[in-house]
Amino acid sequence: MENFELIILLLDATLRTSTPLILAALAGMFSERSGTINLALEGMMLGGAFSAAAVAFYVGSPWVGLLAAIATTIGLSLLHGFACITHKGNQVVSGMAINILMSGLTALVGIALFAQGGKTPALDKASRFQPITFPGAESFRDVPVLGPIYSELLSGHNILVYIAFLAVPAAWWVMYRTRFGLRLRAVGENPGAVDTAGIGVVAMRYRAVICSGVLVGMSGAYLSTAQGASFLQDMTAGKGYIALAAMVFGKWRPFPALAACLLFGFLDAAATRLQGVVLPGIGEVPVQLVQALPYILTVILLAGFIGRAIPPKALGRAYVKER
Amino acid sequence: MSKAVELPRWIDVGVLPLLNLLLALVVSALLVLAIGENPVEVVEILLFGAFGYEEAWGYTLYYTTNFIFTGLAFAVAFHCGLFNIGAEGQAYVGGLGVTLAALYLDFLPFPIMLVVSMLAAMIFGAAWAYIPAYLQARRGSHVVITTIMFNFIASSLMVYLLVNVLRPQGSMTPESEQIAEHLRLPFIHDIAGALGIEMASSPLNLSFVYAIVISVMIWLFIWHTRWGYAIRTVGANAVAATYAGLEPGRFIIIAMMISGALSSFMALNEVMGVQHRLLIDFTAGYGFVGIAVALMGRNHPFGIFLAALLFGMLYQGGAELSFEIPTISNDMVVVIQGLVILFTGAMEHMFRPRATKIYTAWRLRRDAQEAV
Repeated sequence: MENFELIILLLDATLRTSTPLILAALAGMFSERSGTINLALEGMMLGGAFSAAAVAFYVGSPWVGLLAAIATTIGLSLLHGFACITHKGNQVVSGMAINILMSGLTALVGIALFAQGGKTPALDKASRFQPITFPGAESFRDVPVLGPIYSELLSGHNILVYIAFLAVPAAWWVMYRTRFGLRLRAVGENPGAVDTAGIGVVAMRYRAVICSGVLVGMSGAYLSTAQGASFLQDMTAGKGYIALAAMVFGKWRPFPALAACLLFGFLDAAATRLQGVVLPGIGEVPVQLVQALPYILTVILLAGFIGRAIPPKALGRAYVKER
Repeated sequence: MSKAVELPRWIDVGVLPLLNLLLALVVSALLVLAIGENPVEVVEILLFGAFGYEEAWGYTLYYTTNFIFTGLAFAVAFHCGLFNIGAEGQAYVGGLGVTLAALYLDFLPFPIMLVVSMLAAMIFGAAWAYIPAYLQARRGSHVVITTIMFNFIASSLMVYLLVNVLRPQGSMTPESEQIAEHLRLPFIHDIAGALGIEMASSPLNLSFVYAIVISVMIWLFIWHTRWGYAIRTVGANAVAATYAGLEPGRFIIIAMMISGALSSFMALNEVMGVQHRLLIDFTAGYGFVGIAVALMGRNHPFGIFLAALLFGMLYQGGAELSFEIPTISNDMVVVIQGLVILFTGAMEHMFRPRATKIYTAWRLRRDAQEAV
């Protein structure tokens, strides 16, 4: 029974650690399926987290903070689009530029505004997303097996966690069941054909990076106003890159990407709990190995040893209209 | 419609990059204004902090050394059409090579150690770059993603090694033992002192001289050797290279390994020259600065030297800045770095159509006048 509770707690933590990954991985997917590499997830997440925390602090509402985060990340997406789509600049370089820029800018503006060494002031309860308790969660708690699953695992998360999990089927629907999604995928595979059909490649790609911005903004806001209670310098700590890895690991598709995010989130949740634990027969678990596993797995996948991850055909190439 | 004239070289490699750099600096100045400080004052402090006194020069050139190595590393891979984002991890693992050599071969005399430590750095750095290179060349996985992943893997690996293996017994801090005094790279001020020239002490050491020598060697390699030519051919057009009888995969691996080796030389400066032991995260983002340096320097060793000097100045001056103006932290330098990559790298083509138009119009008018 104790083990069962432990597993529930671990899964509960997994949901919380994988939420920002899911949102960011979907964000990356929208951008990359349309043909624009998005290495900037890390920087955009950071920018979103900062805006959310700063605005929520001034206004006192996490929702306004969320909107600010989304506005910031849409702005950054447009910047990325301006460089890569309009000016046909290098997409990798633009992504790295945004990451480095945001790492500096959030700290710089944070210090200028709040003078707390790059942090934003701690948010009170009203300015953060609070856990939502499902109806009857308290009274079901003592029901064996189902009780803890309902009241511990499923209930008691904040709204962004539920949004993230709902965003996956929504993204799937948009991507595979709507005209917009069909065009978006087509523009990433064969922009020439899309152009011939009379659909603007540039406009389509801009729309895709805007979708990307909305999603990654939510993941940033989650870090600073839902999971945490303030913005901390470089608080994303590589989560943007893990999300990128999860997207690749999920072969640029929503549900496999969700599975990858859950796996990577689980490893993250497990790593913190495995600190110093000695397993029988293995000895002390090297926590660093658990932390590195998402990256190692992704490399192995990319090498073609676990199935084959095939990126969108036109990924990374700006579209040059023939004259 | 008038036919566009090709831009002359001085505009292409001179005016346009400077224009882009200027734009990055103008945006930085606007940011300083937005924070409520005076940009002119900031520039004054930056320049004074970087060059205003003798010691500052030493620090500026010490940072420059790192940036020359990481800039060259990015450039060599770039000539082969590859984005090596992994300089950070390669330098980190290269540092392991240097440290192991210095700790376990400490019986060697200094002149031999100079060569051995360099080889150790090269082997470790190149080996760390080899795996992504092999995967790109033979298994078709993209080197950008794999080198990013390898940065994180290197970071985890090194933390593990520092905490569990290299940390001396009884020590709480996760860092290696000090390397023996006779194996350290001499400081420039010590060398100068031995020659009877008095110099202020700074972390500037012999590796700066390496950096200059290696810059020249890389220039020779890229533009005056067969391999250099092959690497540039593969980078320009891999299909054409195949028809020319070159095997792209082979040169992808060679370019990446050279790139990894160059990144790892940064460890010579940091580990052998300054810190004298292996520290956690001693690479401190210098690998990423290399991207900005190479892009600004147009992947040419001379350009890289100038760009590295600029960033060396920004790093040293930036440290001064945060003392003088508390509202501006040295994160300003990171911002400038990001803007430079954005404007000189990602948006490098922004002014090109307009510049071509203006230049074409000017040429046409001149030709018309000459005809009269």
